[in-house]
Amino acid sequence: MGAIPGLTAKSRTDLAVLRPFRATPAGAADDLLFSRWIAGAPGWLPLAMLVLAAAWPATALAQSNYTYTQAGDALVRWLPLLVTRGFALNIIISFATMAIGTLAGVALGLWQISPNRLVRRTAWAITQLFRNSPWLVLLFIVMLAFPFEIRIGGWTILVPDWMKAVFGLSLPIMANISEIVRGAIQSVPSGQWEAAESLAFSRRQILWQIVLPQCFKRMIPPWMNWYAILTMATPLVSLLGVEEIVTLSRQAMEAEDNHPELLLPFFGFCLVIFFFYCYPIARLTVRIERRFTVKF
Amino acid sequence: MPDSLQAFFRELADTHPKWNFIFFYDLTQLDRVLSGLWMTIQLSVVCVILSVVIGVVGSWMQGSHLPIVRRIVQGYIQFFRNTPPLIQLLFFYFALGQFTPTYSPDGWLEVPIISNVGWAIISLSFFAGAFNVEIFRAGIEAVPESTAEASEALGMNRLQTYMYVVLPLAFRVSLPALNNNLVNLVKTTTQAIAIAVPELLYEMVSIYNDYSTAQNASMVVLFVVFIVLVGILVLGMHRWERAIRIPGYGG
Amino acid sequence: MPNTEWTPDQPIISVKEVYKSFGELEVLKGVSLDVMKGEVICVIGPSGSGKSTLIRCINALNDIQSGSIRVEGLEVHDPKLDKLALRKKVGMVFQQYNLFPHKTAIENVMMAPLKVLKQPRAEVEDRARMLIRKVRLEGKENSYPGELSGGQQQRVAIARSLAMNPDVMLFDEVTAALDPETVKEVLVTIKELVAEGMTCILVTHEMGFAREIADHIYFTDRGVIVEHGPPSTFFTEAKDPRTREFLSQIL
Repeated sequence: MGAIPGLTAKSRTDLAVLRPFRATPAGAADDLLFSRWIAGAPGWLPLAMLVLAAAWPATALAQSNYTYTQAGDALVRWLPLLVTRGFALNIIISFATMAIGTLAGVALGLWQISPNRLVRRTAWAITQLFRNSPWLVLLFIVMLAFPFEIRIGGWTILVPDWMKAVFGLSLPIMANISEIVRGAIQSVPSGQWEAAESLAFSRRQILWQIVLPQCFKRMIPPWMNWYAILTMATPLVSLLGVEEIVTLSRQAMEAEDNHPELLLPFFGFCLVIFFFYCYPIARLTVRIERRFTVKF
Repeated sequence: MPDSLQAFFRELADTHPKWNFIFFYDLTQLDRVLSGLWMTIQLSVVCVILSVVIGVVGSWMQGSHLPIVRRIVQGYIQFFRNTPPLIQLLFFYFALGQFTPTYSPDGWLEVPIISNVGWAIISLSFFAGAFNVEIFRAGIEAVPESTAEASEALGMNRLQTYMYVVLPLAFRVSLPALNNNLVNLVKTTTQAIAIAVPELLYEMVSIYNDYSTAQNASMVVLFVVFIVLVGILVLGMHRWERAIRIPGYGG
Repeated sequence: MPNTEWTPDQPIISVKEVYKSFGELEVLKGVSLDVMKGEVICVIGPSGSGKSTLIRCINALNDIQSGSIRVEGLEVHDPKLDKLALRKKVGMVFQQYNLFPHKTAIENVMMAPLKVLKQPRAEVEDRARMLIRKVRLEGKENSYPGELSGGQQQRVAIARSLAMNPDVMLFDEVTAALDPETVKEVLVTIKELVAEGMTCILVTHEMGFAREIADHIYFTDRGVIVEHGPPSTFFTEAKDPRTREFLSQIL
């Protein structure tokens, strides 16, 4: 007879009822849920999506003069523009936002652990404020309030719409990166700080030479996860007039006389192109996360 | 709003032309704000409830013995998670909405049976529901098979086991992630403006389109209202988490 | 309290009437001890008696509520203390080794002299190799802590503290986290250090080892030093009943 867990052998869990819950430290792999889900998509999925989407409204087909073949042709005609000017702008916005948001977020995260109480509390307040605000509201506020030109010295710089959008979107990104940084730093065992202190390292040295290098790898997967979420949020800027893929799709459909048969292919294409962009990123994120777990 | 405060805001609008808090002294505008707020709250509540139901049903289906059922659920999850929610809203309302059957109340107008609010609810609920399915599944997997087997040995069928044993335990495990998702859902309701749903953001934008001096004021109030709304939700969720915690379990 | 000039005829470490509480809990209740240069002190006692807290206070990792600790004339609990000066004199080895996981063994040993003392690299590297050889880990210079056993990591930790050339070494239950086979290799390393004349304070459970190397043994219980004496008399002629009870339980 084999060992009976809990009686003749060590129990496999501490609690009789539930499995040991791996409470994930902040900044750790749990924030990868989004990427993991995307990464789990089978390859035939987008094709199936399009087929399903195109197959459903079979009833309405018979009634109109404009066929789906013509709609498909229209889409193909507009495709180059949609991708090179529309989607490209989405990507540019996502890169710029991530760059600014990361820089600001790292600074904010470091301020959240400052020994100075005022700095710490202000940084915390700013982080919570922008984490809990709807992204669209922030976009509206920033884009309305932002000056359309900046004067530095003798130079006048015209700020284009999409750049204002970048600043608007970088606010919530900054707040979320700040939380990632704070969580990662706080997950480094206090023994590391103590050992370094006993070796007479200054606080700044401990942070930059010992603690942050250990956190860095752990922060990359959730950072990439937020990049994917941000990219999914870039279509929001179309509501404020920025000419990215959604705006251009609508303009294209206008130019093609707004036949309702155009809606499925054009909006469907938007969905599909985002999927094809984010899916490889999600898979990469999951793979990197597996490689980069630093053992404490 | 008491008269003294009304008078204050009227004066403020006169002395500082860029800060016209018109909805604090003009009752018609106040009505618009309140109706927008009410719509946001309604949208949030309905979508939260619906998305939880979808999450429960979906995670139940994911445990099914039939692979075809599992594949359908998987396909649904991947579609809604890997595409932008704004485009989902547009796709649902425009691309799919054109096929909704209509009825005619007076012989002239064709009113679709699913309005834009309806499509917003459907789209947002399915969006949040997709995340919920994963969250509940993680919770269910935290419950060991032996517990489920024990309840089956007592004679409960699969549905009863799920409802009385597995789900209550899984729920407690999933609650933190679930709360996070629900707060996100409330924030995402603002995107319904894209299909002209008259929620708070839409009403505020309408107000400052009518009264350009009210732009700064309406954005400030909008921001504050959402912070308060989300803040209340987050606090409430924390309380709830603490209240249903099983002693000795979880970090 | 000002720093004083220290001469070798005075105790190198002087602890006077130290009181330390963690919030409401009083952990040290008036502890005093003196350590002369070259002496080896072992502090023993049941868990919770305050022995670890005591040596962490000596190193200024914990603060004290009242009393005085002087290390080579430096008043440790002067708010204006130059912590760098103190930590250059006092080295500490922890129960959990606390090596920096992202650096190799030799980088761990070299880091502090390079970055804190700003010594030239060639010199530091030579000394680091010598120290690693001394703790008998030659060949493991380029291994990461994750690739080393517990005992090996602890010896790297000792080498790392020695790299700063301290005058006093503090050991906080350094073998408690190791399994019995590896305990010996660490104790041998410490014994060699002692033979070279290093002043050491060890908090330890290893009674046999304490009896072998200590010049003086202190027994703490519930925050006070109950009894102390040289090992020749301490273990056999303990006077206080608490001491006798503790010794009877462990020997």
